[in-house]
Amino acid sequence: MTRIRTRLSLPKTVHKGEVFEVKTLVTHPMDNGFMYSRDGQRIPRRIIHRFEASFNGSQVFRADWHEAISPNPFMSFHAAVEESGTFEFSWHDDDGTVHTASAEIEVV
Amino acid sequence: MRSAVPMLLALGFVATASSPIAEEPDLFGGEFPLSGYHYMGEQVRALQDDEFLNPGLFAIEHGEELWSTPTGGKGISCRSCHEDASESMRGVAARYPQFDEELGSLVNLEARINEMLTNYMDAPALPQESDELLSLTAFVTRQSHGIPIDVDVSGEAERYWREGHKFYTQRRGQLNLSCNQCHDDLAGFNLRGDRISQGHVNGFPVFRLMWNSMGSRHRMFRWCNWAVRAEPYELGSAEYLGLELYLAWRSRGLPIEAPAVRP
Repeated sequence: MTRIRTRLSLPKTVHKGEVFEVKTLVTHPMDNGFMYSRDGQRIPRRIIHRFEASFNGSQVFRADWHEAISPNPFMSFHAAVEESGTFEFSWHDDDGTVHTASAEIEVV
Repeated sequence: MRSAVPMLLALGFVATASSPIAEEPDLFGGEFPLSGYHYMGEQVRALQDDEFLNPGLFAIEHGEELWSTPTGGKGISCRSCHEDASESMRGVAARYPQFDEELGSLVNLEARINEMLTNYMDAPALPQESDELLSLTAFVTRQSHGIPIDVDVSGEAERYWREGHKFYTQRRGQLNLSCNQCHDDLAGFNLRGDRISQGHVNGFPVFRLMWNSMGSRHRMFRWCNWAVRAEPYELGSAEYLGLELYLAWRSRGLPIEAPAVRP
């Protein structure tokens, strides 16, 4: 299995209260459990079932994902912050691992 | 349709006779060759253009890691000798495949990477179409982004060019189709839900949505052969190397846009 990679896009600096877009992407096969391999074996379900985003420790966004989400899921949402801090993102995999990424943002 | 038959025959004759390559008939009706990008839908184009969304760029990241990771018996990485790829590898992909005097054969970028691994780094060759080989190839090709394809088809390479041209114009498979029947004559028309492109190779390795993964030129050739219900050749086979050289020559002047996204 190739390593899971994540990609983030959000501004480095924002004005206080300014609305900006946070874009996230994760490479993941999102096997839905209904597919068969070439040799007829059922490919077990393995998806990211939950995505969470927090800012300075408190949760700001959460989404439950199901089998119909495409591979390499893209998620974006809008946010506004009052102070500088760190965004932390986590993708919860069916196999138990949690893929994480974080980004600093500064209020100017 | 009837009048097209003698014309095709005439073209076939020109190709098999040993006329110099420069005298080949213009394939694109006087128009500059058009990249596959030109024939794609808006959404796929947007996916390719967006540096954030383009899934092929993950392969580039992976390739960059491999470039700097020591491997093999000598404990060196690609970077140990070639240093900064953005300088040393700039324009390299545009010249491949090329004839190698020492090996006495045509090598493409994948074969060159494997040759470097085995001969200079004392490392095992990477399997064809493995994530590692695709990522390294994509990373090296990326350094030539925007540089026009310009392969050398003179000297020993000409033999391969002729083989490739023959392959390209030869009917094959249960559908009895040759490559040129669609990619020269019917580019821009629809084939079921797809638009037929001119069949250029400037976007490879591509991220193909149908495969949901990266693929090399040879994987695409295999797919094309399968699609006309012909028996595909092996990845890296002499047949496909010749075809690759011919197609690269045919794409000359087109800027490299790897990693392209294709439907």
